[in-house]
Amino acid sequence: MKNELPKLEISEKEGAIPKRKCCDIKPQKVLLNAVNQSALWSSWRMITFILMVNRQGQTRLSRYYQPVKLSQRVALEADVVRCCLSRKRDQCSFVEYKDFKLVFRQYAALYIVVGITDDENELSVYELLQNFVEVLDKYFSRVSELDIMFNLDRVHVILDEMIQNGHIVETNKSSILSPLTALDKMADS
Amino acid sequence: MSDVVEKTLTALPSLLSLDSQPGAAKLSSTSKLGSFIRGITELTSKHEEEKLIQQELAAIKDQASSPNTSMRQMKELMVRAIYCEMLGYEASFCYIHAIKLAQQGTALEKRVGYLSVALFLNESHELLLLLVNTVLKDLQSTNLIEVCMALTIVSQLFPKDMIPAILPLVEEKLTHPKEIIRRKAVLALYKFYLTAPNQVQHIHNKFRKALCDKDPGVMTASLHIYLQMIKENPEGYKDLTGSFVTILKQVVAGKLPMDYNYHSVPAPWLQIQLLRILSLLGKNDESTSGIMYEVLDESLRRAEMNHNITYAILYECVKCVYTIHPKAELLEKAAKCIGNFVLSPKINLKYIGLKALTYVVQQDPQLALQHQMTIIECLDHSDLIIKRETLELLFRITNAQNVTVIVEKMLEFLRTCQDDYTTMDLVGKVAEVAEKYAPNDNKWFIDTMNTMFSLGGDLMQPDIPNNFLKLLSEGFDSGEGDRKLRRFAVDSYVSLLQGEPGNLPQRFLQVISWVLGEYSHLRTDLEPATILNLLAKLLDLKHANSETKSWALMAMTKVCESEAGMAVLQGICEMHCSSMDTVLRQRAQELQNLSLHAELRAKVLPQDISMEPLEVDSSLSFLDEFVSEALAAGAAPYKAHHQRQEELAQEKVLSLEPYSLSLPIGMSSCSFPDRQSPTLPSVSSGLSGDSTDFSHKASATTLKLDKVKRVWGREGYLAKKEPAEEPALIEAHSPVHSADQVGEFSISQSQTSPPTVAAKQEKQQLASSLFVGLGSQTSESLMGKSELTPQMFRRKDKGQVSSLEVGKQTPNSVIPPPNSVDNLLCSILLDSNTDPETSLPAPKQNGIALLEGGQPESDMKTLETSPTRDSGRMAAETEEPVRTKDICLASYLPADCIGATHSEITPLCSSQSVDLFACHVHKEDCLVLVVFISNSSATRVRLLAQLDSEEVEVSCICESPVEEVRSHYVEVWQYSLTVKRPSVHLVVSGLVSFHMATGTPHTAKFSYKLPLISFIRPLTLSTEEYGTMWLAFSHDTKQNLTLITGVQDPLRATLNVLERKLHLHVVEIIGMEGIVACQLLQDQPCLMHCRVHAGTLAVWLRSTVPDLPDCLLYHCQRALQEH
Repeated sequence: MKNELPKLEISEKEGAIPKRKCCDIKPQKVLLNAVNQSALWSSWRMITFILMVNRQGQTRLSRYYQPVKLSQRVALEADVVRCCLSRKRDQCSFVEYKDFKLVFRQYAALYIVVGITDDENELSVYELLQNFVEVLDKYFSRVSELDIMFNLDRVHVILDEMIQNGHIVETNKSSILSPLTALDKMADS
Repeated sequence: MSDVVEKTLTALPSLLSLDSQPGAAKLSSTSKLGSFIRGITELTSKHEEEKLIQQELAAIKDQASSPNTSMRQMKELMVRAIYCEMLGYEASFCYIHAIKLAQQGTALEKRVGYLSVALFLNESHELLLLLVNTVLKDLQSTNLIEVCMALTIVSQLFPKDMIPAILPLVEEKLTHPKEIIRRKAVLALYKFYLTAPNQVQHIHNKFRKALCDKDPGVMTASLHIYLQMIKENPEGYKDLTGSFVTILKQVVAGKLPMDYNYHSVPAPWLQIQLLRILSLLGKNDESTSGIMYEVLDESLRRAEMNHNITYAILYECVKCVYTIHPKAELLEKAAKCIGNFVLSPKINLKYIGLKALTYVVQQDPQLALQHQMTIIECLDHSDLIIKRETLELLFRITNAQNVTVIVEKMLEFLRTCQDDYTTMDLVGKVAEVAEKYAPNDNKWFIDTMNTMFSLGGDLMQPDIPNNFLKLLSEGFDSGEGDRKLRRFAVDSYVSLLQGEPGNLPQRFLQVISWVLGEYSHLRTDLEPATILNLLAKLLDLKHANSETKSWALMAMTKVCESEAGMAVLQGICEMHCSSMDTVLRQRAQELQNLSLHAELRAKVLPQDISMEPLEVDSSLSFLDEFVSEALAAGAAPYKAHHQRQEELAQEKVLSLEPYSLSLPIGMSSCSFPDRQSPTLPSVSSGLSGDSTDFSHKASATTLKLDKVKRVWGREGYLAKKEPAEEPALIEAHSPVHSADQVGEFSISQSQTSPPTVAAKQEKQQLASSLFVGLGSQTSESLMGKSELTPQMFRRKDKGQVSSLEVGKQTPNSVIPPPNSVDNLLCSILLDSNTDPETSLPAPKQNGIALLEGGQPESDMKTLETSPTRDSGRMAAETEEPVRTKDICLASYLPADCIGATHSEITPLCSSQSVDLFACHVHKEDCLVLVVFISNSSATRVRLLAQLDSEEVEVSCICESPVEEVRSHYVEVWQYSLTVKRPSVHLVVSGLVSFHMATGTPHTAKFSYKLPLISFIRPLTLSTEEYGTMWLAFSHDTKQNLTLITGVQDPLRATLNVLERKLHLHVVEIIGMEGIVACQLLQDQPCLMHCRVHAGTLAVWLRSTVPDLPDCLLYHCQRALQEH
């Protein structure tokens, strides 16, 4: 499989962002109780959350599709990041975590991690991440971590077009971007 | 359908072109947002982060509340707040500003407003109500972008109760000229369908239109709805199969516009969605499957392209091929496909291949044989997740012949496993297969269980040790086999305790205590004193918690017969009699007293073995008198803990709900104080019944409670979805190492063989032991004649026997016939000629007969049942099966419903071995719908139900309705019903979804019809009150009814009939006129004025509720006609 697509680049040199000490991220046990308790339909295959985290474990974007308390999120994220960072390159991009699975993909120093229920198709989600990054790349023309940080709202808008309520609702790049570009145009005029 | 593809999608980004360079990366590092972000990147410690964010939050709060803040600044503030929340710091003061921004902002500002609402709030947040108007306004906007935004937020979160307000507007958008609007409208309706399916029922034909939309995006969106609807009811959409197949064909052939391609694969996610739909439609349906063979074949063939996404499609395709009605040619291709996956050097593909294989072996175990060497390799893979998935696969192919090897592999993994959740899951699986397939070898079973208890520690589900103990106590076989197993367990535990029990987990220690207490007498060579000393050792363990200690004390109470141990005992009792722990103290007291009175002890704790279950009066009705006296003496009625909590909570929380919504809670918490007559036995046993849950819990595993219904409730002893485990070979470091373990199993032989033996040979050996018994004759003959290993445990399910075989119980049946489904399964395994039908337990057939033949009679007929179980059983002996079932189920009526009139119990729906019945109970102050779920299968079933009705408000009475029904068990759901809109008959419809332990979840619909009369209660009032009310009521109706003739006082006779049949209250009769009053629950009065005129009864009804007079009149008519 060729990976011709542009990879996410970091405009600053790695290391320019000071590393947070690892010990700051204390592994904590969090049970995502909420994940099992929602309505009837939520047991159906779906995406439960999406995270963007850098190698230092700092969250750059997070979106939950099932209710998770704010206080639990930090611990959950730290746990999830630990899970993914410990994976070696030759290991599987899917990890079991509690009663759901994580699918992650690394772009330069940025990791995108998705939590999915057990019956979702891991490979298709894995490719969805690539599609997401390609969309970002198209919009920001060579996206970097800083683009995401300074345009958090726009990245969220893009994500909302792609995933709703944990289901993949649009994958056509032009359809995904059209509402946002329309907004930008309106703002300019 | 073909126009879907014919039409090119050039128009799609018509909303606007993409040429404008987006406002990307305007790195306004001078702005506040910029400097904040810079601040975040420069953080070096948690402490700094906290300081920075607190500062930031203060600044945001300050600025947001200033009246001069422009919307543009507000937008920036919101983004900053989003950052803070993302890092875990609550910014709740911003929520209201987010809503304001959505309301007042324009373009991107508005979008950010909506976005922050979606990020900050959850679906049930009160503030969302404030958003409704904004959404309404935007939906009607002429600006397409605003409409888009409104539809987006609506499909993310919207208060359920407010859906009707915007539904027409959203519906209208389905025909909008712009594709993007139509697409988003469909997604919004999808969301509505998920949250409130009934609200969108009327637009189902519009969904079909969306499916045929000329824009592929709209069509794709509609598939979400269809996937969901088909999942719930595959039968209803079979006619669409052709359309789905056509769409898939066109997609696969690349007829969609280019921009739907992903890495030159046409619309991959759409393909996956379609394949999922097809597999649901084709499942167990030969003719429907026939339609899709061709396109599936095509999909499999397209798989040559080497890209992840094509593999993702292939995976879905393979699953589909194995789900629908099989076709040999396709199966072969799919199997080949799986082969490519598992053999792939790419680890992600290998993983997905294993997952596919795991799915497929459930249909076709032989496939595992083809890939056995690959599976063996994966077992030793360095990546844990691959190993884990392989074990999952092995778990699916476990049978009586390979169980020892597979269990060994699982335990090996458990020993290295760090993750709690995985441990829990795997321990459950080990327990399940060990119990299910254990060979006839006590040693293996006990050793395996020991290892499992040590490894599983205290993480395991409590039902695992419970099941194990149940198995030991109930036995599985002849008395001799049981004795041997118990004796073996005792041997094993004695030697464990003689060693170093210090690091055994609590649960294991408890199991050991119980077994020693119960069965140590089987070791005649050991003095009870020795056992006492061993148990006393447990009390001294530092890490033993008080629960474990009380188990040990209980065990000592059972063994303390001889004089020898007295000295030890006295010391122990003295020590623990002053313990801070009340349970421990009680146990010590018991021990002390019982050890001194041998006779009493023999009575309380009879030795062994009589399998007569103890009868426990779970309602504690013997306390009724005491309770009545206490109440009469002015004691406050008992309220369960949760009721008290609810009442407290209610007082504190400001209720924003309309009154009717808060009724159910109020009702359940008020009903007890309302009843001032403490002598009603049903009330007091209901009251005291609540408290029994707790008292039983402590001694749960030692009492045989099989006959007792409901006490075990939710948290009881769950059936064995996750059964106990059984490690065969125990490594030297294991605490339960037993010395004489030599190679009894092939796996250990390979371990002991000299290291020079080629590794390959070892693996082959492993393979042969792993895949033995998987299918074909040929493979068996290769292995030599593999004996069918006799199944060890044929568990006697006493619960089933006693609860279902009412009426033909022989009092002395010490060992009831083993007819559990476990046994059923193994007999099928052992002898495939056995017709499963014949071994079905008889009661099940009763159930079927009931469903087929039992005709629900007039729903107006009510049946007085006697409140006690005894008379219920007596009746059961004499009456036909239908009645038996009725009465059987009636005994499951909740305690507070016994005594009240209930309607006949009628079947609602059934699914495989789960049957649902229902009846309604007329209580004084409410109407309760009771649903019985009777599970006659051998496994736990998870159920979820949604009840809904246009005319009736349905609310669940219990806080958390039962979601799981154990094997051979009946659970009860209770709903309280209130009339929303009166009509002659009210229908409650519902949707249940069943999740069996095996097989895919499915759903069933049902409906239950109640006459309005069920909701009518007498209204007692004086003539004066009647007069004032009469004038105040606005809805009325008049009609002439027939008068009962041939009696002395026709008016009185007629009114008496009405009073009796319709539960009305006759207020007064003066001469030729009479006034009657009743109320519709809750508190909606209806008044009736009757006058005898020209041989007929002129009736005039008035009420506050529209339609109520008309409906009531109808019932009056019928009541008089029937008379």
